[in-house]
Amino acid sequence: MKHTLSILVENRFGVLARVAGLFSARGYNIDSLAVSETQDPTVSRMTVVVNAGDEKILEQIKKQLNKLIDVITVTDFTKREYIERELVFLKITVDKKGFPKLRKVLDRAGADLLEKREGYVIAELVADQEHIKDFLGELECYKVQELVRTGRIAIAK
Amino acid sequence: MAIMTGAQILIESLLKEGVDVMFGYPGGVVLPIFDVLYDSKLKLTLTRHEQGAAHAADGYARATGKVGVCLSTSGPGATNLVTGIANAYMDSIPMVAITGQVKTFLIGNDAFQESDVTGITRSITKHNYLVKDIKDLAMIIREAFYIASTGRPGPVVIDLPVDVQTAKTEFIWPQKVSIRSYQPTVEGHLGQIKKAAKMLEKAEKPVLYIGGGVITAGAAQEVLSLAEKAKIPVTMTFMGLGAFPATHALSLGMLGMHGTAYANHAIMESDLILAVGARFDDRVTGRIDAFAPHAKIIHIDIDPTSISKNIRVDVPIVGDAKKTLKDILEYMKKAPDTTRWLQTIEQWKKQYPLVYQKDDKLRPQYIIEKINELTRGDAIITTEVGQNQMWSCLWYKHIKPRHWISSGGLGTMGFGFPAAIGAQMGCPGKLVIDIAGDGSIQMNIQEMATAVNNKLPVKIVILNNGYLGMVRQWQELFYKRRYSSTTLKNPDFVKLAEAYGAVGMRIAKKEDVEPALKKAFATDNVVVMDFIIEPEENVFPMVPAGEALNRMLGGMA
Repeated sequence: MKHTLSILVENRFGVLARVAGLFSARGYNIDSLAVSETQDPTVSRMTVVVNAGDEKILEQIKKQLNKLIDVITVTDFTKREYIERELVFLKITVDKKGFPKLRKVLDRAGADLLEKREGYVIAELVADQEHIKDFLGELECYKVQELVRTGRIAIAK
Repeated sequence: MAIMTGAQILIESLLKEGVDVMFGYPGGVVLPIFDVLYDSKLKLTLTRHEQGAAHAADGYARATGKVGVCLSTSGPGATNLVTGIANAYMDSIPMVAITGQVKTFLIGNDAFQESDVTGITRSITKHNYLVKDIKDLAMIIREAFYIASTGRPGPVVIDLPVDVQTAKTEFIWPQKVSIRSYQPTVEGHLGQIKKAAKMLEKAEKPVLYIGGGVITAGAAQEVLSLAEKAKIPVTMTFMGLGAFPATHALSLGMLGMHGTAYANHAIMESDLILAVGARFDDRVTGRIDAFAPHAKIIHIDIDPTSISKNIRVDVPIVGDAKKTLKDILEYMKKAPDTTRWLQTIEQWKKQYPLVYQKDDKLRPQYIIEKINELTRGDAIITTEVGQNQMWSCLWYKHIKPRHWISSGGLGTMGFGFPAAIGAQMGCPGKLVIDIAGDGSIQMNIQEMATAVNNKLPVKIVILNNGYLGMVRQWQELFYKRRYSSTTLKNPDFVKLAEAYGAVGMRIAKKEDVEPALKKAFATDNVVVMDFIIEPEENVFPMVPAGEALNRMLGGMA
């Protein structure tokens, strides 16, 4: 089961390595990670999405995260009401002839067109996981040169 | 305004923290610190290896309850501390390890004697610091001692670049320390405490299962009060030895892989286990799914990560052991009726006593019994790791906290001797004995020079069987006696002792044990006693790894 953890930490060097270390030491891959300052510049928020093979192990990881000196709070959003979003950049190969059709796909998904260049466009989508997945599905017939994702961020309702 | 260098601030801060003993080894990037130490009232004990310094700081901390401090240079100095830091981490020992680091602008450049110390020690420290600004130094030291010694204690590393040591700033000692993200829970949850008290009142076959946390919290008296008030038998983990007197009628001795048969049977038959400052380690539980099948479990621990980690707990209580036990005692209105339970246990004690073959041969259990007899349980016993250690658990009667110093979680061979040196520094005038094997004593034997030069009259008892005994025992039992790399051809330990300026003795006969021990204990010097013991003596009882606790070898099940 996928878990979205929101971790408030002291905004200083080394903290990310400590947090990541608790996952990597157990051979757990972090699916997505977003880190940034909060309204308080001494505090950062890490949003970590991880696929827990074993819920008991994840429970232990959460306790150990809490135990890290630089970690202020750990919240698991999984069983709570929350909003999540991710920003996606795409560089898509398209010629003049194909562009109007692509434009429609982008519009339908609510994606923005940021750049239109010779032979390709750059688009942006801010959405939740389901929409992003659907959107990428619709683009399957196009050649996506590059896909850049920010990693998920989440906020409790 | 006191303007000081980083090195001066370090030493001044250590003095402010009440440090009077530290162990270490000099090197290139800690020269500024050693220069300050040259005429400081804070004296550093020079070991012969950084690993010795870390273990000595650890032994000092275990014997005194204070924070142990060690100091090394960067690179190899720091990596040599690593085993000692990991050892302290596994056994929750308060320690501050200070490592020199290359100049801040060289960090990450593969400079001479550079290693990424905060990276290397991240998973074996409670916390670590790289000091990049001299203005942070005093506060970091204050925090390091606070973190190391509070909550569940542990080692903290301070990595201090040489240019920070030589930089200058005003020395301001922080009046208080408070870390918003670190606030250990001391008060146990009242509802849970009342529930625990109720369960104890109704229990028919209760067992108190106590660990090192009882010693850390200074809760031995509370354990004794509870055990006596409620007539509950007490079993100790390896780390908990000494927290409850082994000579007490309610003592079951140690439980687990090499525990007593009656402790293991009691756990397996009990209906209520009150675990205090113990962590259900795999050496204690044996096969997890077969552990204590009939018991409800109450678990008191200051560290929430220890609760329900290996074993599902019915009533978790996060809090200080001393405080929580006091509260439970207060809320427990009546003692349970354990008369029949104690009779059953008496039966087990008669049926499955600890035994060894009593004949003319020189057996290690006999030597330890004699040590116990002569010291009346009042010596500080350190051990190495392996058979020497397990025999010392079983055959020495541990009656006081902080008198048993041995590497539990990490199982570090070479720990006992430097730890004995640290304990002796902390407790001058006390008899300190390292019970060693012929294998592990050679892992830090260079510290003979430290002990002799500093007049630390540690006594070393080598139980010499010419084998790496515990591994040999496993090879005998589980690998068809194929003794792969466990036969040792040893140096002459008597001559070796003499070469270092210590006293050496060789004892090969049973009747010579007592006179030799008496003579050694009366000698005001380091004494190495080389006891040539029965080579293939085994540690029993024994629960094979992965078996249920009551499946003991040695005719005990």
